[in-house]
Amino acid sequence: MDLDNSQAVQLYEKMLLIRRFEEQSGRLYMQGKINGFLHLYIGEEAIAVGAISSLRDDDYIITHYRDHGHALARGVHPNLIMAELMGKVTGTSGGKGGSMHIFDVSKGFMGGHAIVGGQMPLAAGLALAIKYRGEDRAVLCVFGDGAVNEGSFHETMNLASLWKLPIIFLLENNLYGMGTHIERTRAGGKDIYLNADAYKIPAAQIDGMDVVAVRDSFTEALERIRAGEGPVFLEAMTYRFVGHSLQDPQSYRESAEVDQWRIRDPIDTFREASFVDGLLDDGQITRIGERVDAAISEAIAFAEQSDEPGPEALFENVEG
Amino acid sequence: MGEITLRDAVTRGLTEALDTDERVFLMGEDIGSYQGPYAVTKGLLEKYGHERIKDTPISEGVVVGAAVGAAMAGLRPIVEIMTINFLLLAMDMVVNHAAKLRYMSNGQIQVPMVIRTVTGGGAQLGATHSQSLEGWFASVPGLKVAAPSDPYDALGLLRTAIADEDPVIFAEHARLYQVRGDVPDDYYAIPFGQAKVKRAGDDVTLVAYSRGVHTALEAAAILEKKGVDAEVIDLRTLRPLDTATVLASVEKTNRVIVVDEAWRSGGFGAEVASMIQENAFDSLDGPVGRVAGLEVPAPYNGTLEASALPDASQIVSTIEDIFGI
Repeated sequence: MDLDNSQAVQLYEKMLLIRRFEEQSGRLYMQGKINGFLHLYIGEEAIAVGAISSLRDDDYIITHYRDHGHALARGVHPNLIMAELMGKVTGTSGGKGGSMHIFDVSKGFMGGHAIVGGQMPLAAGLALAIKYRGEDRAVLCVFGDGAVNEGSFHETMNLASLWKLPIIFLLENNLYGMGTHIERTRAGGKDIYLNADAYKIPAAQIDGMDVVAVRDSFTEALERIRAGEGPVFLEAMTYRFVGHSLQDPQSYRESAEVDQWRIRDPIDTFREASFVDGLLDDGQITRIGERVDAAISEAIAFAEQSDEPGPEALFENVEG
Repeated sequence: MGEITLRDAVTRGLTEALDTDERVFLMGEDIGSYQGPYAVTKGLLEKYGHERIKDTPISEGVVVGAAVGAAMAGLRPIVEIMTINFLLLAMDMVVNHAAKLRYMSNGQIQVPMVIRTVTGGGAQLGATHSQSLEGWFASVPGLKVAAPSDPYDALGLLRTAIADEDPVIFAEHARLYQVRGDVPDDYYAIPFGQAKVKRAGDDVTLVAYSRGVHTALEAAAILEKKGVDAEVIDLRTLRPLDTATVLASVEKTNRVIVVDEAWRSGGFGAEVASMIQENAFDSLDGPVGRVAGLEVPAPYNGTLEASALPDASQIVSTIEDIFGI
């Protein structure tokens, strides 16, 4: 792998942070400490980490409701995300957004958005603003395979290409829109990247279980985007190891299918490959695990000790 | 001071904003080369160029959504949606996104944008092109809704809309573009949530907005001949709603009729009527009267369509029926 030691540490640590964060979130949900809907990113970590590690700090990120992974990869503090999940006043949105609506504008993290495909037109607008100001920033627009049959997907692809907007469209294709397989919802089948050709957007299908492959594809795509040549479309093939949300009984898929994908666990495979390549040793792997566990424990303690928003918060920020 | 049309007043507001604020740009279907479906943006493309006067595909969802995104990034987009009927294609962007982002991000995001759109019926355009849907948007926290009835208000409210830090639906009635009125050369702006007493009177209050104001004024002229002195109130903005001006008038006249071109069921007039009875019940000499659009899709035939829209005679007869005056 074309990485140095510190890059390997960063990629591994971020992926592990997301995995542990999500596992603990699931546990807290079962305990009733997190409510509403909770959509976990377990199995898809390589995409967020590979993609976001290639961005600049001044690029925008906008994503869907399965958003903890992207926020953590961007460096939004785990304490603030965990507090938001618990509905606390110290959360990213003071407890008024919840799991599906994580925002940290100071980090260019323009939100988790919970209407399927709804973030895509907004991404066009963020990119339009960049172009209007003559900047060379980029917008990362993340969406799932469930979004590609929405009008907002097609309208945005057309406008982005027509106006050469600086957007990298990142499709996380985990094969299921909630519980319905892509082959049952899309006339063109699972190779969605082919659709980008209809809009004259350069596209590729990439291995979403390989953090380095994602990162390399992004580096190349961003060069084109920053040169003002318009959007790029990347379809990362991946899989949710867990249900759509914590309410999902997973009656629609066989456990053998899940097991097949788990063999390709993006964190395990990266750790093993890094070990073989001499990029990570046992001591580092242990220390990273300890750091991640400490960060998650701290996030949980921070969230649990934080206050609920007071009644005065109810009407705050309805309007300016 | 000069007399101009409502259309010219809106154009003046747009031109002024483009001249004074680099963050302002316009987007919409046929606003540039075509010069605007209702000619409001006539000449702007030549003056400001394609970067600031953006012709878009017929793609209302992404047009409004891109405006939301640009506003999130600190610009101040003004979108033209050809008619409010087409705004339904962007309902998700308006209601689920523009109206929610400030709250869901706890103030990290602002969405300062204006959606100019054309509302109302009476032009024989049939059921899909003749609706008055501004009241739907007025029920959504996070949105503001303005609906001017004359050139002075159109310019004053548009200035406030463009300066506002939140999304504003700016509803221009298709039948009012040719209405003329005096507009001062000196700068002024009209704050949202301030209704205007268009005609003072002691006997009955007529509450209206947009084209309904003209219908109410017509009724007031008929009533005057009958010796009934009507007060006409123009709400000017539906959200925020100026309850104080309405209630003060009702407390004076003790009689009130709410005029609304939208359908009676769930129309904005229902909200106004409810607000009045909740707050001024003891001042009322009779029930709050309503004159509203009939419960039918707008028919194409001109006579049928006119019969489904509020007119002055309905206001006069409703007053007779309820109050015997």
